[in-house]
Parts: sequence; C-alpha cells; structure tokens
Amino acid sequence: MARAAKTATTDSTRAGGPPMLLLRDIDEPGLNTLPVYERRGGYKSLRKALAMTPQQLLEQLKASGLRGRGGAGFAMGTKVSFLPQGDMDKYLVCNADESEPGTFKDRELMQKTPHALIEGIAIAAYAAGITQAFIYIRGEYVLQADVLDAAVREAREAGYVGENVLGSGHRLSLVVHRGAGAYICGEETGLLDSLEGKRGNPRLKPPFPAIQGLYQGPTLINNVETLATVPSIVAMGGAEYAKLGVATSTGTKVVSISGHVQKPGNYEIELGIPSREIVHGLAGGPPDGRKVKCWFPGGSSSPVLTGDDLDIPYDFDSLAKAGTMLGSGAIIVADDQTPILDVALKVAKFYRHESCGKCTPCREGTNWTVEMLERIDAGEATPMDLDIMASVQEHIIGNCLCVLGDAMAMPIGSIVAKFRPELEAHMERARLRRGLNGAGASDAALAAQGVVAAGAGTGPYPEAHH
Amino acid sequence: MSAIPRYAHGSRVPGWDMPADLDKDPATIPGVGGSPSPEVPEGLRKEIEERMALYPDPRSAILPALEAAQRVHGWCSPDALEQVACVMRLTPAELAAVATFYDMLETTPVGRHSVYVCTNISCSLCGADELHAAIRDAAGDDDEFNVRPFECLGACDIAPMASVDGVYVGPLTADDIPQLLDDIRAGRPVLPDKQLARRLVADPRANGSEFPLHPAEHERGGA
Repeated sequence: MARAAKTATTDSTRAGGPPMLLLRDIDEPGLNTLPVYERRGGYKSLRKALAMTPQQLLEQLKASGLRGRGGAGFAMGTKVSFLPQGDMDKYLVCNADESEPGTFKDRELMQKTPHALIEGIAIAAYAAGITQAFIYIRGEYVLQADVLDAAVREAREAGYVGENVLGSGHRLSLVVHRGAGAYICGEETGLLDSLEGKRGNPRLKPPFPAIQGLYQGPTLINNVETLATVPSIVAMGGAEYAKLGVATSTGTKVVSISGHVQKPGNYEIELGIPSREIVHGLAGGPPDGRKVKCWFPGGSSSPVLTGDDLDIPYDFDSLAKAGTMLGSGAIIVADDQTPILDVALKVAKFYRHESCGKCTPCREGTNWTVEMLERIDAGEATPMDLDIMASVQEHIIGNCLCVLGDAMAMPIGSIVAKFRPELEAHMERARLRRGLNGAGASDAALAAQGVVAAGAGTGPYPEAHH
Repeated sequence: MSAIPRYAHGSRVPGWDMPADLDKDPATIPGVGGSPSPEVPEGLRKEIEERMALYPDPRSAILPALEAAQRVHGWCSPDALEQVACVMRLTPAELAAVATFYDMLETTPVGRHSVYVCTNISCSLCGADELHAAIRDAAGDDDEFNVRPFECLGACDIAPMASVDGVYVGPLTADDIPQLLDDIRAGRPVLPDKQLARRLVADPRANGSEFPLHPAEHERGGA
C-alpha cells in the first residue's frame, strides 16, 4: 500500500508506543471514583476550559482535527459550530448505545473512567452553550450504567455538573438514560426518538439534529470516545493533539479487535499505523497455523478486506480509499477455516433483525438477502442468484432514511465481489449434495462423485477444484 | 405477541383479528375520565414519577418506566402496561407500541432469570451458536430461565459470552454451563472468575507500574 506515514511500533512496551490518552493506567483501582480521578489531574481541563470563552474553546476543538469516533467520522469541532448561537434550549446527547457488532471500546471507557466522559460532556456543553445533557447508554450495559450513575452523582456533589458549574455561572444538568436493546437507537435520529419515549425510528434528514433534534431543539450528538478525548485536547492544546496521527486523521483511537485473534481486546493506537501492526502486532494474529481470510476494519457494517490488505494504514482516509471505512474502529478477524457464507449470513441476519421496518429497501432488502444466502446453503441457488443479490445491495444503498440498510449492503456487496468463487463453490457443493439423495449426502458420497469434501468449518475452505 | 395464523402462502387465516374486540372502544388512559384506576405498587409509582421529573418532556421516561414495571411484573404484561399508563397519563396502546420495539422488554411471560447468549459475528466465530444450544438444552424446561440468543452485547473480547441477569461472563466453554446454572439457581454471583468486571484492558501498554495490579486475571489464552 501507499506510504505508511507512521512508523511501525512493533515494540509493545510502554515506552515505545504512542501517548496513552484514553487508556492510560485505566485499571488503577478506584479510577471510577472522583478522588482518584482528581488526584490524577481530573477536571483540570474543565477549569481550564471555563477560563476560556466558548469561542476560544471551539477554536481549540477545531484545531485538534478530532473526528467523531462513533462511525461517521465527522469533525467534532465543526459539528459543535453548526449549533445556532444564542439563548435557547439546546441539548447534548452522548451516544453510548454501542451496538455495532465488534465494538466494545466505550464499554471499557465508561466502566473504568466515567469521569473522563463527564468532564468531556461538561466541556463540550460549555463550548456550545448547552445546559441539558443526556447519556443514552444501551440497556445491556448494566454495570456501566450503574458506574455512570454513581459518577454523575459524585460530579454533581462536587459542583462539576449542576446549577453553577465551578462558580462559572454556567448551568448543566446531566441524566443517564438507559435504552432497552435496539441497534437502531445508535443511529442519531433513532436515538433521539427513543430518548423521547418512542420507538427508535430514524427521522428524515435534513433538518439535522444540530438544527432540530431532541424535543425539536438544536442538539449536539457525540460518541463516548469522542467526548472522553476532549479533556485531553483541552489539556494539551488542539494544535498539539493534531500532531498525533496523520493529517486528516489526528490523534489516538481505541481499537476493539475480536474474532480469530489470539489477544482480543481494546488497544489504543495512533491513527495511521499499518493495520498489520494491530491485527498481528498487538492482537497476536489468528491462532497458530492459520491465516487471515477476511477482516472488517470498522465493525460489521464496513466492507470486508482480505489478508492481502493488512498493509493499509489504519486511518479514516486510507481505509476510505480502499473502499471500506474506519467506522467505530472495531476490527473483526475471520481466519481461513471460516466458510465465507457463514460470515455473510450472520451479518445479514443481524441487520434483518435490527431493521426498524420504516423504509422498504432496508426492511425487504435485508430479509431477501438472508433468504438468498440460506438458499445457497440449502443447495437451491444458481450463480444468477449472486448477481441478483449484488443488485439488491445496490438498490438499498442511499435509498433509506438512515444507513442501517447500507450497513448490510456494503459488507455483503463486498463479500459477493471478493469471494464469489468460494460462494459459487459452496453453492455447487450444496446443490450436488441435495441432488444426490434429496436431503443431504455425506461427504464420502460426494467424494465418490468427484466433489471436494469440505464440511462447514472442518477444513481449509478455499475455491474448490472441480 | 401470539403469532397470527397464516396459510402456507402467507395470507392471514380469516378470523385472525377476532381476539381483538373490534366493537369495543380503544382503551383510554386508566384512571382518567371515569375509567377505573388500577392499583399501582407504591415503589413503582415513585420510581416512575421521579424519572418523569428528570426530563423536559415526561414522556421520555417511558423506557425507564417500562423497565421498572418489568422488574416488578416479570414482563410487560397488560397489567404492567396499565399501571405505567395510569402513572404517566398515557394510553396502554402507546406503551405497547414502545414495548414491542425493544429486545429487552418482554411481551410474553418469561423465566425470572435472563441468560442472553451473544450469537453475533465475533462470538459465533468463537463457537457461540453451539454454546447457546448447549445452555438452552442444559436449562431444559426449567421455567426459571429465559435463555435466548442475543445480538452483539458489546463484549467480543470475552467471546463467546453471555449476560446473566445483566452480568457479563466469558469466555465460556461447555464445561462452564453446569456451574453457571447452579450459580443462578443458588443466587450466587455467577462464575466470579469469568466476570467481565474483573478483566483488565488488553493493551499491555495501558497499565504502568505506578499502582499494584489486581491479582492476575490479566492473561487470556488463545482465541
């Protein structure tokens, strides 16, 4: 791939890596409580921010180049500046409905360092002149919501949140709101409807939430990690933060890596390092003797890449150039023993289940994609079905109120494009198996017919040789 | 929600709408305009009213209120909806519309203890589908348990995993299942050694040497 702007940091010692802004000593006992957070310099950034004017603060955020960590990667400072000025009811909503398959960075941050998030919310609210803030956390995160509830209480008692934040005259109320299990509520307008006590159906945009959002008021919506980064930016200065990472993807990012790797978990990386450093260097790569078959660079919504693409620098623009996206920063690795059809079916079924049903292309497209994939597995499909399936994906993209349908169409489309020979081989095997005795012949019987035996998940599963 | 009977070709069997009494007027807000007022447990009423006071629009408290009612009743039963509707001054239909949308709100009676087994992509790559089947079989027809497959629970680092009454445990193997079910039955903390709350972050550079670490829960073997 093109230049990797950042030098590799294979050395996984503390000294060798990038600065740890989010995960530094995150397991220190008691960091989830105020005394320990304050002892480590917590809420100093809020004091520093309150000494600035909101305009100066906004300039710092813009200078940092911080891009949203939730999925879309929109510049945070620009988003703040979209909110209208003046005295009106404006809202800040922290999107903690972390439901993108493969993503679990916000979980770790909220559970272990909740005050960093609260401090970030207080600073962002001050910059945008917002007096009411909500943290919408997914209902499954019981422990994390309890930790946040306790932390908000502490912050309120200490005057970091409340009627008069640290005597500055700025007012901020903060409420932790628990969801009840719906992926679509991570979509910003679906989240707003859910927070208003409705079904989580996305809204037509424009108007964008910055103009008309929660309770019809201007609303700033940011991801947990984005807001938790804000105190570091204020502490070190926007320009200094922008020196981390690469030009259009500044800073550090917590990457969640899972699937077939030896050391799954959260790692804080400097944006722009080669993806191989994360998959093989930090996470140890697939189990011994196996190879990376495909990987999702940014959650299950991102088009898949293959083992040959591991030299792509891990940042927003390099991944976009490769036809995929950084998304929420969740890498899912599948090794060479995984039938690609299983991956596709899992992904498609998830989006079918989570489609809210409001827009036809998504509601029907996700359903028919699942049915077609099942038909392949049942031996009822022909190669033409792959073309139909690819065209269904094309008709979903861009035709719905939100991107949930796109989020299935992009990975499925990329799987059909990149793994077509394997899908055809799978289809052929299933057809023969079905044809031999109607219900399902053994691999031995297939082998007798000259068909390569390869039961799902039992052996290397490359293109069959007929 | 009971399934609507359908023919093989998909059309609804006539009479599917009989259970809904179409001659009756829609339910109104309980306790308003002469309609009978249900008895609401005091704790529940207090919790809902406190929640309503937190928002500019009290209707934002619908989700927390339904969760609270489910905690009391075990599921979002018609009684539960009516009680919430009475406190929030809404129609039960409005609440039913919300309750049917969210995975964690149960619209049929279920076992007291929920075991959500994540079967999404990362967990299924690590064997979650087999794990779910094994837990379901082990729980058998014990109606204390509500074992169900769940979409990504956001804990792919401990795949395959489950959320037991809200407590995340993993990585699970088939050998853990008897202990898991015993712990639930006995009301003990579930698989304490495998609880997510005790795990350290995976990044080895994150934690320095400036404080004593927890006893070694750090390392985790292969995937």
